[in-house]
Amino acid sequence: MPNNGMGTLLKTPTGISGLDEITNGGFPKGRPVLICGSAGCGKTLFAAQFLVKGITAYDEPGVFMSFEESPSDLTQNFESLGFDFEKLKAEKKLRIDHVRIERSEIEETGEYDLEGIFIRLNYAIDSIGAKRVVLDTIESIFSGMENMTLLRSEIRRLFTWLKEKGVTAIITGERGESSLTRQGLEEYVSDCVILLDFRVIEQIATRRLRIVKYRGSTHGTNEYPFLIDESGISVLPVTSLKLDYKSSTEIISTGLPALDKSFSTGGVYRASSILITGNAGTSKTILAAHFAMSSCKRKESTLFFSFEESPDQLVRNMATIGIDFEQAIQEKMLLIQASRPSLQGLELHLMVLNKLLEELKPRTVIIDPISSLITIGNTNEVRAMLVRLMDTLKKKQVNALFTSLTYDGQSEYNNSTVDAVSSLADTWIDLKNEERNYERVRSLLIVKSRGMAHSNNRHDFIITGKGIQFTTSNKK
Amino acid sequence: MKENTTDVVIIEDKLELTLYISGMSQKSMEAIRNIKWLCDKHLKDAFELEIIDIYKNPKLALEQHIVFSPSLLKKLPLPKRTLVGTLSDTEKVLKSLGITTEK
Repeated sequence: MPNNGMGTLLKTPTGISGLDEITNGGFPKGRPVLICGSAGCGKTLFAAQFLVKGITAYDEPGVFMSFEESPSDLTQNFESLGFDFEKLKAEKKLRIDHVRIERSEIEETGEYDLEGIFIRLNYAIDSIGAKRVVLDTIESIFSGMENMTLLRSEIRRLFTWLKEKGVTAIITGERGESSLTRQGLEEYVSDCVILLDFRVIEQIATRRLRIVKYRGSTHGTNEYPFLIDESGISVLPVTSLKLDYKSSTEIISTGLPALDKSFSTGGVYRASSILITGNAGTSKTILAAHFAMSSCKRKESTLFFSFEESPDQLVRNMATIGIDFEQAIQEKMLLIQASRPSLQGLELHLMVLNKLLEELKPRTVIIDPISSLITIGNTNEVRAMLVRLMDTLKKKQVNALFTSLTYDGQSEYNNSTVDAVSSLADTWIDLKNEERNYERVRSLLIVKSRGMAHSNNRHDFIITGKGIQFTTSNKK
Repeated sequence: MKENTTDVVIIEDKLELTLYISGMSQKSMEAIRNIKWLCDKHLKDAFELEIIDIYKNPKLALEQHIVFSPSLLKKLPLPKRTLVGTLSDTEKVLKSLGITTEK
């Protein structure tokens, strides 16, 4: 059980990837947690995942008390996410209790309490030794009832009871107009409140999560993007990754022997990140392709993200300058993943990348160009995503190369992507294609390279049938 | 529902009632007192009343979908009704049970 370091508050892992990082270990153990948000924001899924992962990953049986959906609906809805409710029920790890209230049959004839709920919950918890409980959505109990004051005090009593029972409970609530939940449940759940949000910014739908309150524990205070995909909810913490990755001293080739010589080390460090900037048509992709090939030659799996060209086109174009992507693909050393940047939100791009990182475990990742991503988000978001991406790659000891398009008239020092990436990149190479004496000359300059001496000259180069060839001699 | 002009009651069928209570709570006791008084006064023998303590039968609470306590279920005659609370609103109770009284 992760501890927050002070040994004061015990935590229960949430089962939602990324959320434990933000909450420093999970939800407060044995206390109720309120999850609120508008309709369709993923509350029920959130709760279901908490229960199912609790059973499958932490061996903590759970009770799902549904006030809305019937057990068969729930079972069906979560089947696609690989949550096998029937199996868990049969194994006596899960109990689903559907609280069905037929409004039309009910008459209020005096004071009452919610003992029915208490008893059913108690019975369900005790019958399987549940450690986790979900109440989804208890507020619906209010609809059609007259005595709100009475219900409120009963719900308050229920939360206290849950605490005494020592179960970690998720209570979902629909977002109200002026309060977090319609019935102001946040007043009663004082330990941990999480707000889910679903909104569309510039036509791209994004889901976000924020920890509104977490008594007795430090937690991330940002809005964190989260995704719902075929494996459930995952939260992507923007800033929780720490600067504690190991640094390799191994040197790898850039794929161009002449360029390697420009570095005092004879190449770049493994798991470092390289940024290549330049205007359109300055051979950024070619340089990236050389880097990819050098990785393939070392028999290291390589992942090439192309946001501008289709895999086919990239293979064809590189073949004309003697870079044989075709063979590398056949040998399963290279995978080209092409997609339009605007097709998905930023987070989904990152998610796809993370997935591929998990599946393929590539040693080298190329993103060409990273500047296209800027078209789909605001600068802050892109920057946050890039930081996260670079940290992830570093942590996994992956060599990374990003290209970034700069525009004419715009200095490379005054470009938002470059601005975001350059300070993070270990090596920065700038490419130019300029007119000199009635001739266009391509050139390359190492702007910076951390931890090594490097050439300060601009090197001219031409593109031949064998790729990039330097025309000026390399002085060290 | 049949209109009747005679003094006390009247209903076509025997009433089948189940009162779910939670232990000896004040509300439970009040509900028992109220329903007994009401049945004696208006129904004479035309009813069957079962009282179930859900503390002792939690499984029944689950099967019968009991949420509120006390809850009086009218199984017969149809339509089914659930009367929640202490049953102190006599008029409402009578109406919900389909009992018409004429002065």
